[in-house]
Amino acid sequence: MMQKVKPLDHLILILGTLFLMAPVVMALMSSTHDPVDIHSNGLYFTPGSNGAATYGKVLTHKGGFTGDVTGMTMLMNSMIMGIGFAVGKVVLSMMAAYALVYFRFRFATLLFWMIFTTLLLPLEVRIMPSYQVMSKLGLLNSYTGLIVPLLASATGTFFFRQFFRSVPDEMLEAARIDGAGPFKFFIDILVPLSRTMMAAIFIIMFIYGWNQYLWPLLMTTDESFYTLMRGIKSILQVWIGSQIPDYNEAFALAVLAMIPPVAVVVIFQRMFIKGLTESDK
Amino acid sequence: MTDMTVRTRSADRALLLRLRAWYSAETPNPAKRVQFDRPLTPWLFLMPQLAVVVIFFYWPSVQAVTSSFYIEDPFGFGATFVGMENYTGAVTSSQYAGTAAFTAFFCIVVTALSLGLGLLLAVKADKVIRGASSYKTALISVYAIAPPVAGLIGMMFFDMHMGPIKDLAAFFGHDLRVGIDYWDTAGALVTISVWKQIPYNFIFFLSGLQAVPVSVREAALIDARSGWRRFRDVTLPLLAPTAFFLLVINITYAMFDTFPIFDVVLKDKPANNPMTLVYKVYLDGFKGNDIGGSSAQSVILMVVVAALTVMQFRFLERRVHYG
Repeated sequence: MMQKVKPLDHLILILGTLFLMAPVVMALMSSTHDPVDIHSNGLYFTPGSNGAATYGKVLTHKGGFTGDVTGMTMLMNSMIMGIGFAVGKVVLSMMAAYALVYFRFRFATLLFWMIFTTLLLPLEVRIMPSYQVMSKLGLLNSYTGLIVPLLASATGTFFFRQFFRSVPDEMLEAARIDGAGPFKFFIDILVPLSRTMMAAIFIIMFIYGWNQYLWPLLMTTDESFYTLMRGIKSILQVWIGSQIPDYNEAFALAVLAMIPPVAVVVIFQRMFIKGLTESDK
Repeated sequence: MTDMTVRTRSADRALLLRLRAWYSAETPNPAKRVQFDRPLTPWLFLMPQLAVVVIFFYWPSVQAVTSSFYIEDPFGFGATFVGMENYTGAVTSSQYAGTAAFTAFFCIVVTALSLGLGLLLAVKADKVIRGASSYKTALISVYAIAPPVAGLIGMMFFDMHMGPIKDLAAFFGHDLRVGIDYWDTAGALVTISVWKQIPYNFIFFLSGLQAVPVSVREAALIDARSGWRRFRDVTLPLLAPTAFFLLVINITYAMFDTFPIFDVVLKDKPANNPMTLVYKVYLDGFKGNDIGGSSAQSVILMVVVAALTVMQFRFLERRVHYG
């Protein structure tokens, strides 16, 4: 490229980066300060000396701000939710896509439409009835209730369907000549072929599951099932009416809630971008 | 007269052709030359997904439609069929009109700003060589931050006691009162929502830009010396498909995915603060116990989203090429 790079380009990029990163840095730094200092001096851009104590308290202290639950429990629950959702999504959608692409059977078109209609309506527009269904099924305050209903959207299925359709037909022809049945073909050929795609979907879905807010808010009243996102709501409720809220603890919780997904995105950047831009969702 | 009929017919035909083209693009069948011919095995593979979809998607969706025609007794003593009353009640209330207007305003501003800034940063990041990957990592990492976390951090920034934005506004002679003043709150909500969405648009625009072949870039460089003209005449048309796809995604984001930001910033105390239609569905249903009204609003929103998604779906299929 013979294009000249102007300093203005860098200036715009630096300003953009500052706009995006400054709040994150400030949250991280402020979480290591004393709440009284934050209250009187405002937010910090430099590290303080209170970090170990704050994070220790947030992670292990029962009832720091939410009553019965420690940050550690919430971290665990968020992890269960993120991983459980991602695994469920990969398994369910791979199987469904396999059936839709590789089999000729009655009602295939109808089933295809039944599954893909779920892309039309996000959870937010049917929260009230979803809640009623969950309570009828007795799934409130359970991991099943937290994870399984979110699997109802067909994003993963759509993505795997596209991928399977791009697999050369010769694969199946060769496998059939060798006498492989549908199960053998799926497990011995298709699954190993899809490894990269599975990883990309897993990453995107882990972040999606980890970041869920509204669903855990409705599904869990029992604090032992609280996720970090649910915990954020609780700190804010404690704030109302308190003299000097525990800003540092709130920031610490925010930092804990953002480290795992951010780390995953940064570490698996290339795979993540590929998965995201190719699945278009 | 004849002219009229001919015109209508050809219009019908065009519509029919388009529908057929769309349908055949959507049908799963013609993809594979060879397929397994077993009547039962595919059901086995489909069963888990189907079960989840029926129980957690169709059942609640049908329930939403049904309960939108009833008024439920707040103490659980049955429900009365009221026909369209919930719909007319919801739509004609003055609060609904205000909320709908704000939702439209919010969607337009958030979409325009986050698309514009995402595009600007992507174009610049595509241009620079030195430090390109550091900028990219920094800009992308914010994508992974959950909306409620963004809301929490944003709220502190706009806080009336210690928020740096409050000081900034005071410097310009404005007394910022987020949570009390309608437009101050709206400004904070827009800023936080845009902040959260820029990385997403950035990722897509950048990968769109990097897919432009080197030969096209070099030709453009020879044809158009001015950077702005090159951007307008070459880059922008090439990015149009990406931009259109992102437009739909961003509108959906502004309407639905910003829910946690509103919930965190408004803290369940909406008072006279601005809110989106989805947030109102939640408030009326869970805080106001107006299940019928909330369901009617849900159904209205479903229709809006369905229309948006059909647009996106059509477009998506056209963009995908099967190797």
